[in-house]
Amino acid sequence: MAKMNMIQALNSAMDVMLDRDPGVVVLGEDVGYFGGVFRTTDGLQRKYGEHRVLDTPISELGIVASAIGMAVNGLRPVAEIQFADYIYPGYDQIVSELARLRYRSAGEFYAPVTIRTPCGGGIRGGQTHSQSPEAIFAHICGIKVVMPSNPYDAKGLLISAIEDDDPVIFLEPKRLYNGPFDGDPDKPAVPWSAHARGEVPEGHYTVPISKAEIVRAGRDATIIAYGTMVHVAEAAANALGLDAEIIDVRTIVPLDAETLCESVKRTGRCLIVHEATRFGGFGAEIAATVQEECFWQLEAPIGRVGGWDTPYPHAFEWEYFPGQKRVASALEALMSAS
Amino acid sequence: MPSRLRSRLHVPKPPARPGNKSDFSYLKLQPAGAQPKPDVRISAQATLPLATGLVRVLDDNHSAVGAWDPHLEPEVLQAGLRHMLLTRVFDERMQRTQRQGRISFYMRSYGEEAVSVAQAMALRPGDMLFPSYRNQGLYMVRGRPLVELMCQLLSNTRDMCKGRQLPVMYHWRQGNIFSISGNLTTQFPQAVGWAMAAAIKGEDHVASTWIGEGSSAEGDFHAGMVFAEVYQAPVLLNIVNNQWAISTFQGFAGGEKSTFAARGPGYGVPGIRVDGNDFLAVYAVTQWAADRARKGGGPTLIEHVTYRAAAHSTSDDPSRYRPKDEYLSWPLGDPVDRLKEHLIAQGAWTEERHAALTKELEDEVGASWKAATQYGTLNEGPRLDPDLMFEDVFKDMPAHLARQRDQLRAERG
Ligand SMILES: Cc1ncc(C[n+]2csc(CCOP(=O)(O)OP(=O)(O)O)c2C)c(N)n1
Repeated sequence: MAKMNMIQALNSAMDVMLDRDPGVVVLGEDVGYFGGVFRTTDGLQRKYGEHRVLDTPISELGIVASAIGMAVNGLRPVAEIQFADYIYPGYDQIVSELARLRYRSAGEFYAPVTIRTPCGGGIRGGQTHSQSPEAIFAHICGIKVVMPSNPYDAKGLLISAIEDDDPVIFLEPKRLYNGPFDGDPDKPAVPWSAHARGEVPEGHYTVPISKAEIVRAGRDATIIAYGTMVHVAEAAANALGLDAEIIDVRTIVPLDAETLCESVKRTGRCLIVHEATRFGGFGAEIAATVQEECFWQLEAPIGRVGGWDTPYPHAFEWEYFPGQKRVASALEALMSAS
Repeated sequence: MPSRLRSRLHVPKPPARPGNKSDFSYLKLQPAGAQPKPDVRISAQATLPLATGLVRVLDDNHSAVGAWDPHLEPEVLQAGLRHMLLTRVFDERMQRTQRQGRISFYMRSYGEEAVSVAQAMALRPGDMLFPSYRNQGLYMVRGRPLVELMCQLLSNTRDMCKGRQLPVMYHWRQGNIFSISGNLTTQFPQAVGWAMAAAIKGEDHVASTWIGEGSSAEGDFHAGMVFAEVYQAPVLLNIVNNQWAISTFQGFAGGEKSTFAARGPGYGVPGIRVDGNDFLAVYAVTQWAADRARKGGGPTLIEHVTYRAAAHSTSDDPSRYRPKDEYLSWPLGDPVDRLKEHLIAQGAWTEERHAALTKELEDEVGASWKAATQYGTLNEGPRLDPDLMFEDVFKDMPAHLARQRDQLRAERG
């Protein structure tokens, strides 16, 4: 086992797959010679050459569409979109093409494309470097959506995504690249090397897609979160001294409803926490599912915490971000309801 | 044995990477004065020589030569020098304040000042500008007080964006400068729409827009070109070819086998390739294109050949992907130096006056900074009211946002 931060873990996943499968290619803006603006593909072009790790023109439409074409012709492209906020020029290619190719050709054509993209806030990136767009991908039929919360899962899930014959949107919470983040910007940064999930095997392994993980068992309530918010939720529960069960969703589509509902049936209380805007957010889908499955066991209305329903403002980063305070007051409301 | 021909994946190569000697031999250059200046009614196809050649006015002896010389009065040139120098002094100072942690981010236009300044000066105040993030010179020409720009950079209580945008993403309705987007190339087809509206309304204002050569790979570029041609929109479409898009060389945007201006005639839009570091050439080409647009001739695609002398942004370290001193061998020189030398050669400027102007502008920028920081910085002093976060999402605040605003108030105690 090695100590890796999330960037190194993702790099290692691509390295392993480029080495194992000659069909794997990596492409995106600044990913080749430079190794990506977050250095996630650092060294890969030097190792595998310019035909396996491609710098592309600045066209997200072109990146997604050419990845589809390559995939149809037998390759396994791993495309990087520099920031999730810049994925929209490629959105039509994702929604109308990538997601539906298998369906409309009755399985004769399919495109095993993985699209990696950094998401989320907390880095003073303002409205165009902070978005969490998972819900607008979750609403499309035919595309898997994944968001890891730590280096171990990041590597294992990315390998699964690349090996998957279906297209996967792989969202990387960039605030977690260098260390876990509990939502308190004033605390000194903690590196992944100090965290159990910063222990990452060097070689090939997978973390299954479509499996949520119980990060911490508990009896009083279930907190369902993913990405950065897993860490924030844990800190908020600890601060309240609450024996909450915390579940890291990990895969948004297809959702592991079973793990979530089994937990809520035991605890009777459920809070859903994500960084994305709340209205029409993925939390609504989780809440609906939990309500359908666990209605008779619920002891309180299902709670939801998310970002405010505004663009992500530069100057109000920490007023916007759903930090420990917002999570804690939602938890208090959840526990006091009866 | 003849080798069997087969397809191969071509990967554009920059002429030099770190550790290599800089090499700009790929640039197709022409001497100043080499390009004839056609009538504005020229057909798009006939502009191909202009689109593949290079319009230059200032020669190596600092004289203005050839048909494109706009014959500007020394006062106009001095004003141009002032605006470019102010842009540069401002950029340098703001870069330093970012390094000191006073602002979160900055992007300089070092080496590209003429592209914005000369064009803005050659247009009329009623013409609408759709910039990218590297066109601060437009603000210098149109005279926005520096304090107002700085307050935006500081996200402070006088921030024109009310704290919502990253530094540099200015806007100025009164000055006819559109809001800058973080998403590349979106403004390019929007400028076309603005110009279409001017034509629909029967006004003779034109629109002008700037994108980097890297950004010209986006689909928005294609849409803009098609709409501009179809409706013969009165618009100036500028591609600022500063050779680099972060670490990506211009060959990756299509500049290896053709020029960017040459795309114009393919769309039925006249194309002109201009020395972007030559204030006079940019001015003259702008006048020509604006005149064309106002006379019903439609759009012009202008490629400015220049060099991004600064890092992409304060988050970037260009020594990782290009030779450190590449700018020193850039064959088209520095726009400020070239205009300065031209004025000196004309007897309309001196080194002493230049030094005095530099000092004056530095003092102006320094004083403005002092004034701006009184209204707060990102981390100190008075702060914007977080309630502002919920305003302007819609014209009227819907109930769910009002509830969230109240919730935040409670959260903040
Ligand atoms: C749609 C979109 N994709 C990617 C980015 C990230 N990005 C910001 S600037 C930049 C390079 C742009 O280069 P160029 O257009 O040549 O302009 P320059 O910065 O050289 O002036 C990239 C890739 C973005 N802002 N928007």
